[in-house]
Amino acid sequence: MSDINVEEWAQKVRENDRRAAAKLISAIERKEKIARAVLKHIYVPVGKVVVLGVTGSAGAGKSCLVSCLISALRKKGKTVGVIAVDPSSPFTGGAFLGDRLRMQVHGRDKGVYIRSMASRGYLGGLARSTVDAMHVMEAMGHDVVIVETVGTGQDEIDVARLVQTCILILTPTMGDDIQAMKAGIMEVAQIAVLNKADMPGKEKAILDLEVALRMRPVTEDGWAVPVVPTIATTGKGISEVVDRIEEHQAHIRKDDGLKKFAFQKAEKEGSVLIKDEIERVIFDHIRGTGLRRRYLDMIVAGKIDPYTAAEEVMSLFIKKSKNDA
Amino acid sequence: MSKSKIQESKNRKIKVLVSKVGLDGHERGAKVVCNLLKEAGMEVVYLGLYQMPKDVIDAAIDEDADVIGPSFLSGEHLVYTPLIVEEMKKAGLDDVLLVVGGVIPPEDIPTLKKMGVDEVFSAGSLTERIVTYIRNNVRR
Repeated sequence: MSDINVEEWAQKVRENDRRAAAKLISAIERKEKIARAVLKHIYVPVGKVVVLGVTGSAGAGKSCLVSCLISALRKKGKTVGVIAVDPSSPFTGGAFLGDRLRMQVHGRDKGVYIRSMASRGYLGGLARSTVDAMHVMEAMGHDVVIVETVGTGQDEIDVARLVQTCILILTPTMGDDIQAMKAGIMEVAQIAVLNKADMPGKEKAILDLEVALRMRPVTEDGWAVPVVPTIATTGKGISEVVDRIEEHQAHIRKDDGLKKFAFQKAEKEGSVLIKDEIERVIFDHIRGTGLRRRYLDMIVAGKIDPYTAAEEVMSLFIKKSKNDA
Repeated sequence: MSKSKIQESKNRKIKVLVSKVGLDGHERGAKVVCNLLKEAGMEVVYLGLYQMPKDVIDAAIDEDADVIGPSFLSGEHLVYTPLIVEEMKKAGLDDVLLVVGGVIPPEDIPTLKKMGVDEVFSAGSLTERIVTYIRNNVRR
């Protein structure tokens, strides 16, 4: 796609050209400059598209549940874009992306676009490129965009700030009421799903969840988090999940809920982009100067502590950019 | 078709789509290959069992795969491979590498290559050869 210009590329994505969209997501992952230019062109303001997040621990049934959600949404005539994130190896950088396999029944449906994505070392349950890929799917004209996180534990809450309705998938093996009371991921979801509800321990788990959720003060927007039991492999309980999603969507669309969401998303996305830009400018400045290596060597040799080193690098940068100006 | 070595980096990964094709439930080998490509730093999407050529190609488009790797054990390679090649042509995936693996009789390898397969790795292939071949032949 290197011979194509920005406007043409953007236009193709808007016309739901799958190859153009796929290649744009790759260019985003590769941090190619042109990708950002195309993103500027295709940007869809927050709130037009329904954006859902699905999170939960590894093996809880996220991908299966997403597949069920796709079926239900397709029956309602909605088109769906899915970004499924799986972890990259911290050692080799490679990844085994096994989410798509669970959704392959939708592989041939032209109203469904699924993209697997490796986290590439980005923490928080998503990949650095996930938000940008969400914009691509919004621009393609999908009615609903679903983001599935990597298997999450307790603290990977990035997804909640970037989606309108966040669904947390748990299983009867999730642990006791103490686990359900913990801060972090338990707090950020708008819908709690207890999947594998055919396993022993279902009643206890639902009770633990409901009690823990009721102990919390009602959120400021007045939404009470429902607990829905499901069996994703058979589709049991899915229609109730969809009902709850629709209720929550209606809930945030009344008053200025969407505006609040838009601000929250802009805050999260904007600060990451600004931070990235600051980082890029500084690294561009010191690249090739040997400064970084010199300080690393000094730290290793015990000549300086890393705190002072960081401060000195920063003040050298500020001094240099003042001189340049 | 120009063959060029791409520069792998933190941002540029080789993406491989591995799949079983047809009515063949033997996936151990495909999983072993997935794992070794992951260990080599590649991003591997595994489609699983019972995929048809069109499923594989549609997925390759959406995932923007650099390499398509169908795996055969039960002797259907001569039936499905030409269909995969045809679907690739239809979709214009001429910059995607097609590498077939599995239990492939040696006498079928030239036939497969004539059909348009870039390389064949049958049972007993050295893992290093597979990785090196992909690295040196990815087209973009």
